[in-house]
Amino acid sequence: MSEDSIISLQNVNKWFGDFHVLKDVDLQVKKKERIVVCGPSGSGKSTMIRCINRLEEHQEGTIIVDGIELTGNLKNIDSVRKEVGMVFQQFNLFPHLSVKENITLAPIWVKKMPKAEAEELAMQQLEIVKIPEQADKYPGQLSGGQQQRVAIARSLAMKPNIMLFDEPTSALDPEMIKEVLDVMIDLAEGGMTMIVVTHEMGFAKTVADRMVFMDEGRIVEQAVPEKFFNNPESDRTKLFLSQILNH
Amino acid sequence: MNEITESRKPPVATTGILGWLRMNLFSNWINSLVSLFVLYILIQFIPWILNWTIFAADFKYNFNGVEITDRTMCSRVLDPENGGACWAIIYVRFYQFMYGFYPRDEVWRVNLSYIMLAVAVVPLLFDKFPFRKHFLKFTYVFPVIAFFLLNGGLGLEPVSTNKWGGLLVTLVLGCTGIALAFPLGIVLALGRRSNLPVISMMCTLFIEFIRGVPLITLLFFGMVMLPLFLPEGVNMDGLARVLVAVTLFQSAYMAEVIRGGLQAIPQGQYEAARSIGLSYWQMNMKIVLPQAIRISIPSIVNTSIGLFKDTTLVIIVGLLDLLGIGRGALADTTWLGLAYEVYFFVSLVFFIFTFAMSRYSLYLEKKLKTGINMGAD
Repeated sequence: MSEDSIISLQNVNKWFGDFHVLKDVDLQVKKKERIVVCGPSGSGKSTMIRCINRLEEHQEGTIIVDGIELTGNLKNIDSVRKEVGMVFQQFNLFPHLSVKENITLAPIWVKKMPKAEAEELAMQQLEIVKIPEQADKYPGQLSGGQQQRVAIARSLAMKPNIMLFDEPTSALDPEMIKEVLDVMIDLAEGGMTMIVVTHEMGFAKTVADRMVFMDEGRIVEQAVPEKFFNNPESDRTKLFLSQILNH
Repeated sequence: MNEITESRKPPVATTGILGWLRMNLFSNWINSLVSLFVLYILIQFIPWILNWTIFAADFKYNFNGVEITDRTMCSRVLDPENGGACWAIIYVRFYQFMYGFYPRDEVWRVNLSYIMLAVAVVPLLFDKFPFRKHFLKFTYVFPVIAFFLLNGGLGLEPVSTNKWGGLLVTLVLGCTGIALAFPLGIVLALGRRSNLPVISMMCTLFIEFIRGVPLITLLFFGMVMLPLFLPEGVNMDGLARVLVAVTLFQSAYMAEVIRGGLQAIPQGQYEAARSIGLSYWQMNMKIVLPQAIRISIPSIVNTSIGLFKDTTLVIIVGLLDLLGIGRGALADTTWLGLAYEVYFFVSLVFFIFTFAMSRYSLYLEKKLKTGINMGAD
């Protein structure tokens, strides 16, 4: 493993029952690096990033996040989760809490921040995702794009060093995708370490430092975007790119 | 131009009382027939019941204006054709119905407890109640105050629980059972869904065992067998033993109801809670349970109503609840044969409480539906 990696996966293997989802996955991510992961559905991309904050357990290999190895040790898992923010395809906002409460919950209960301070922090995060006026609404009253931006603000409120995005725009109507991607581009430009699973190739070309292509549980190819899109090495990458770019 | 878009009034035949009648009661000939039949029954029945329970009834005095002291003085015994209900039996024994055999000098303690129960419960039920936060502090200490008030101690004359009876016993069993079973049920429900197999198995065993046994069996268990498990010399109060049985019974049902609510919470809620760093208990207390309990409210109220009525079974183990006092009154030779009045009164008291619970549940459902939109996904 290289010394300056903030995330390091070595020989990671995982099974769901008998099904081998991750096969010898190796991935090194440097601080402030932006990685876009793509691949056909069922290729293990979501499972891989979910292993990074231990929403899934890996069975073989080592995962080290910000110097902390992910094992059964619950303390380690808790400290990793404080470092790593995650945004889900289905937003997963808490429907019984207002937007502001969604964001202040973790700072108040996990970081023991005073309520007033947490609310100020929440408003700052809502400014970043450009919907401060929605603070007192409930998630059910917002559009999909607004909900996803609240979800991003909720993660950012914990001041993570790393952000994971699991198909953040896949559940959105087309006209709302841009507002979410814009927020993510701002984040990337601000120097956040990001791993993004997405099929938005336009976003990948603008933001990614490196593309990672996965198929059948393996990382098939890693390259800078220019090389990845114009001159991919593997036939499977070529096939995948032709399918998603030419429609 | 405007005439086209202007909204018109609906046709007269579909509005107003006549329109409503036409639409709902006489929309076709079968509907009309049923409506007329029901109307006929109501016309026959309602005046009769009003007459029997109120207009022709004796309350304290019979139709001769004499104060009733035994059954032979009831109007309906003297004149079976015209006499209505003889409520004198309730009037004379009202004290017993409300307090059992609680000493008269100390009865202010029961009355005070009843009032404090209302003060403790009403702010708990309505979240818009003024100064609710401060009232809720009282709600938490109320059980302790009520215990010492009713039971004695701290300078108050002790009143043994075998003197308690009537509504007092019904309310103590119902309220304590529901209040204790709720947290216990939550713990059991979480336990049953735990990832730790030993905890999950123990909770499942407990729930299935209690649910598989009739409440009467548990009451006998509390009365007869519980003392065998206690260390020698420790004598547990009869009412307390029954309370243990009732609480265990109710907590098993509550656990299953809450588990139903837990199952409706999407996996994504757990993942989101974990990903922002909440611990297991924080996740459950702040995210999962508030949503799960909201979903289960109708069933929670339903089992609570069930328990409230099931408390009448304690008569089997010798406690005199409201129904027990009623049966005692009927066994009194001075009042023989006034079963209608006694059962009517007991039913009415139970109905008031259970109907209030059921209305409250409807109110909550409506409030939660119109208030927060839960459809995030």
